[in-house]
Amino acid sequence: MSERKLIDARGSFCPGPLMELIAALKLMQLGDEVEIYSTDQGTAKDVPEWCAKVGHEAIESGEKNDHWFVVVRKAK
Amino acid sequence: MSKKILIVGGGLSGTIVANGLCRQIKSEIRKGDVSITMLGTSDTHMYQPGLLYLPFGRIRERELFRPQRKVLHKSVIFHVDPATNIDVDNKRVTCKSGAVHDYDYLVLATGSRLMPQNIPGLAEGAHWLYDLEGARKMREALDNFEGGKIVVNVNAPHKCPVAPLEITFMLKDYLQGKGLWDKTEITYTYPIGRVLALEPVAEWAKPAMDESGIKYETFFNTKEVDPAAKTISSEEGVTLDYDLLVTIPPHAGAEVITDSGLGDGGWVPTHRTKLLREGSTDVFVCGDTTNIPISKAGSTAHFEADVIIDNLTSLLTENRWAREYDGKVFCFVETGMKTGTYVWFDYKTPPNPGAPSQMIHWFKLAYNRLYWLSAKGLL
Repeated sequence: MSERKLIDARGSFCPGPLMELIAALKLMQLGDEVEIYSTDQGTAKDVPEWCAKVGHEAIESGEKNDHWFVVVRKAK
Repeated sequence: MSKKILIVGGGLSGTIVANGLCRQIKSEIRKGDVSITMLGTSDTHMYQPGLLYLPFGRIRERELFRPQRKVLHKSVIFHVDPATNIDVDNKRVTCKSGAVHDYDYLVLATGSRLMPQNIPGLAEGAHWLYDLEGARKMREALDNFEGGKIVVNVNAPHKCPVAPLEITFMLKDYLQGKGLWDKTEITYTYPIGRVLALEPVAEWAKPAMDESGIKYETFFNTKEVDPAAKTISSEEGVTLDYDLLVTIPPHAGAEVITDSGLGDGGWVPTHRTKLLREGSTDVFVCGDTTNIPISKAGSTAHFEADVIIDNLTSLLTENRWAREYDGKVFCFVETGMKTGTYVWFDYKTPPNPGAPSQMIHWFKLAYNRLYWLSAKGLL
């Protein structure tokens, strides 16, 4: 059964949300999902772009109260 | 009844916590009300950031090491006996020798390790300076380098976030000094869409690379290395040729953490301000071992250790909490062999590096000696 992991990268200036996502995906199984919170608006754009480039699926993104979020499914 | 503090890990963070506690609660230790025990993996303490200078002939190996027993306060009970199982439900840690230690408070400071073997061909084809053996091999490779294509390859996750840039700019100065720069091409690869995670540092570094003629390939997550063909390929579909491959390998946390079911990848889920293991009130986590999404760096370990010392002291002597960790990180950035800058930030303050200067480089060189005062809990 697939799992959903949460990375709360609000206020993370380094390594930042995308680096955290890349590291987390390496530990996940195919089909697992990860939701990432970020206070950097660029995350909602950068993460789906990177996913499209390497073949993972960004299945949801948007703004929630004080942060942006993206949900990614490991697809390769 | 005596309270037992058990520290697993003898690196920088565990050592600062042990020494700092000895100074804060020396009368309780003297009276036998509190004991501090450390379980390490080595009888030698290494100044890890000094490895940066080793391949370039800027530091001697012996300057990197001191006996751990001499770095530790005399009150710390120190065993070189690696932990093999950490049982937080029953509050006990089992060691390689079979010894079992129970505790009232546990500090997990097990650090991180290099995992080049996680990328096909990387261990066979690449050099790195993040451990002593790797730094020695890289020094030899640079001694024999006569020009050609160098790829400086960065993988996630890794500690010491600015080291990749430092290595790159120091390589340039080193090769200029040997008269090889005109025969050399450096390409720097980075996993995300800029040359460093720290955006203001990346904004400084990119034009500096352009000016130096250093090429860069961003969005480069290493898929494999072919040591025979001397090529490195990315998940994003780019392949680069190299004559000398320098890598920052991906890291993982300690095996004992995963083996004990305390965290995927060896990273322990940790509260970002209390530095307590999620779900525990008696297990603190310090340094690289946490899963907090901030830089894995010596300064992070130091600032976290200071908070843990204050909170453990208050809990033991006043039964109250002292303060929260604010996410502070500080990094020196060597911008070549003669200049440096620094950057600091916390959860609420973005980084804002100053212009590189010779004075900051000199201060970094001085810190290479002052480190031992940090480890002793004096700085």
